[in-house]
Amino acid sequence: MNRFAALLDRMSYEAGRNAKIRLMADYFRTTPDPERGFALAALTGALSFANAKPGVVRALIMERADPVLFEMSYDYVGDLSETVALMWPRLEDAPAHVPLLSEIVHGLSTLSRSTLPRRLADWLDGLDETGRWALLKLITGAMRVGASARLAKTAVASLGSVTPDEVELVWPGLAPPYEALFAWVEGHGPRPETSNPAPFRPVMLAHAIEEANFADLNPGDFSAEWKWDGIRVQAVAGTGPDGMRAVRLYSRTGEDISEAFPDLADAIAFDGAMDGELLIVRAGRVEPFNVLQQRLNRKTVTVKMLAEFPAHIRAYDLLVEGGEDLRALPFTARRARLEALVGRLSSPRIDLSPLVPFAVWDDLTRARADPASAGAGPDAEAVEGVMIKRADSPYLPGRPKGPWWKWKRDPHTVDAVLMYAQRGHGKRSSFYSDYTFGVWTEGEEGDVLVPVGKAYFGFTDEELKLIDAFVRRATINRFGPVREVVHEKDEGLVLEVAFEGLARSTRHRSGIAMRFPRIARLRWDKPPGEADRLETLEALLR
Amino acid sequence: MRPEDLLCPSPKGLYSPAGDFYVDPTRAVPRAVITHGHSDHARAGHAHVLATRQTLDLMAIRYGEGFAGATQALAYGEAVVINGVRVSLHPAGHVLGSAQVRLEKDGLVIVVSGDYKDAADPTCTPFEPVRCHVFVSEATFGLPVFHHPPAAAETEKLLASVRIFPERTHIVGAYSLGKAQRMMALMRAAGHDAPIYVHGALTAITDYYGAQGLALGDILPVKGTDKAAFAGAVVIAPPSSMTDIWARRFADPITCFASGWMRVRARARQRGVELPLVVSDHADWDGLCASIQATGCEELWVTHGAEDALVHWAQTRQLRARPLHMVGYGEEDEEAAPTEGAAPGAAP
Repeated sequence: MNRFAALLDRMSYEAGRNAKIRLMADYFRTTPDPERGFALAALTGALSFANAKPGVVRALIMERADPVLFEMSYDYVGDLSETVALMWPRLEDAPAHVPLLSEIVHGLSTLSRSTLPRRLADWLDGLDETGRWALLKLITGAMRVGASARLAKTAVASLGSVTPDEVELVWPGLAPPYEALFAWVEGHGPRPETSNPAPFRPVMLAHAIEEANFADLNPGDFSAEWKWDGIRVQAVAGTGPDGMRAVRLYSRTGEDISEAFPDLADAIAFDGAMDGELLIVRAGRVEPFNVLQQRLNRKTVTVKMLAEFPAHIRAYDLLVEGGEDLRALPFTARRARLEALVGRLSSPRIDLSPLVPFAVWDDLTRARADPASAGAGPDAEAVEGVMIKRADSPYLPGRPKGPWWKWKRDPHTVDAVLMYAQRGHGKRSSFYSDYTFGVWTEGEEGDVLVPVGKAYFGFTDEELKLIDAFVRRATINRFGPVREVVHEKDEGLVLEVAFEGLARSTRHRSGIAMRFPRIARLRWDKPPGEADRLETLEALLR
Repeated sequence: MRPEDLLCPSPKGLYSPAGDFYVDPTRAVPRAVITHGHSDHARAGHAHVLATRQTLDLMAIRYGEGFAGATQALAYGEAVVINGVRVSLHPAGHVLGSAQVRLEKDGLVIVVSGDYKDAADPTCTPFEPVRCHVFVSEATFGLPVFHHPPAAAETEKLLASVRIFPERTHIVGAYSLGKAQRMMALMRAAGHDAPIYVHGALTAITDYYGAQGLALGDILPVKGTDKAAFAGAVVIAPPSSMTDIWARRFADPITCFASGWMRVRARARQRGVELPLVVSDHADWDGLCASIQATGCEELWVTHGAEDALVHWAQTRQLRARPLHMVGYGEEDEEAAPTEGAAPGAAP
């Protein structure tokens, strides 16, 4: 357990994706079965324990520690698990048994509510601070080390010469501690049999198109459709050898999100794999992204939510139908099969993403600029651009350059004033690279700036140096890694911020939250007093 | 004699009315006894300074030869009498030359710990508990959440990361007096024999540790070294320099920080640290409690740090205890680590 704890500890401070993969890979490489398998289960979120609850932890520390010292410590540390992990007073005569992760996983899943606390105390006695912290995080289900299941699988794949997508394919048929998986990846075992009737297929992604690209592209080779502002999903269904039917909804990274969308299960009434966009459709109209957001990142979904925010799939590709893999077929052939299938389903929950007709690129330019009058009608609000697909392209996993392009609508922009800057991480740890910016609004004593967002990309390396130098020069306050910079009407830095949309938010003082904000330009020429006002943004919400 | 006649807090620091001298005064005074060379305890400008030879030497390195009107060196265990108060210095185990100050008059003994630790450290003489009536302790890490793991294990954490990321530079933030040299010694003891690169602010002090007989291996300056050499290397620098423009020369560095504060995640995150190393030159909670008990004291005064928890702990053990609410200490541990140019030899 201490080794797994050391991994979690290290990952909790590491921001880089590749570094995380290497840390996990190093752990998998140097840790024996079945320990590493249970670690993989924990990292992929495959574990949950019914009888282990935070209340148990609090009760235990109250038995052992001076309550005054506990309160002082909790007050200082600010996190219950961490406080308990750090101050846990080991009993003098406690046996020095360091529990294995496998032992803990087994115990947590089998011990009863009454026997668990005693065993938990024994484990805490045997572990060090980091070990105790990891154990308590495991129990409370709040690991928060910033690793998705996909990242952990990528680390497993890197142990050998298989790709993350191949791991993804066999994954659904596996269970902790995944010994067969490790054996296969490391080259001393056969590929695990997957009996999964509804596996995820790695998705095909598009490159962003730029003006210069059009010159080389013949419009006759392509077809276009709307780019929907929802989430990319893959709806898969099939029947296993045991006759059991499986229906699954995957995110574009292969996370199984079926449980969050039970309202789609009945609609996926076909055998195959469909690629499409998850949207909320009410009264025949697609809602914008901020409505869909109400349904995202929820473990459980209430009946009320199902009724209020009905989920919908707008289909644009068909990868598998029946037992037949269609991915090698050209786009037009797959599209014909998709159209036929959607027609047969005739479900109110699944419809086709319509094609956008065009003869020359200028037609498409116009459609993109005004989707409402180019066929999208009232759904235009949920259109974030157009997709351009080669008619003859097969469905290729990853992001091949050439067959698929995305052409997003021009983003909204706002001129905002830099208010706070925070140091970045890794390569950027000596740079102030995270910027909080604000716009003007009327305060009690005249205009004041209210923060409306935070951006940490969009600028070039050169611009970063310039902003960093400005921040150092114009600092008026410091709070740990954060600096407040001068932001008066006649002094300060105006940033042109591009963003994709706005949503109402109760968590932000300004009452709005920006989607995907980034720095588009530095407006050294503009006095902060001329930056935009909150009313301008509020108008976009209507 | 009441304890307050032998020692009491004053605006300039701990003062002995009977002996007419100060211990670690925060402002210039006619007569000072200095426990160790950290800048929050050892300030320049006193008329007369009594300290260990090493503390005097380190003060001279940091402030220049004329840092005091007159100096007097005292070896561990030796005693002098100042205005009828018998004063002696005893190892505190904090950094090279660090001492506790023992004051005695009319049978009453008070010991001022200065900063101390009871954990092993190859770079300085180990802490020795001194029997006394009143023990004046620091409480930098005076909460039970602070438990410093074995320094060797934390060093192994650093070296394991160097193995996993052999193309990146590990920059270890460490205070330039004491912690930096201890990290070097720990790495050497763990078998790391590659050159260790240092920020210019560390050079003079590290050279002094070497001259005192500590073998630290190849310690090379960052300044003037080809950038390619930093791939896979460990660089030690004062904490403040890690976020400074100075650090931009390193490609894709991993920011490490060796400090007892790294025990608490929020503190490490707040500083943007990617690899926290819990290595401290202060006693942890158990160390404070054990050291206080080892002095056999009847009364505990707490100078700086988390006084309340330690006072509470003492009271639950029927020990008289009170916080002195001293200001001005512990700052070197926070932010005021030497910046570039603050110490001689610093200018990369």
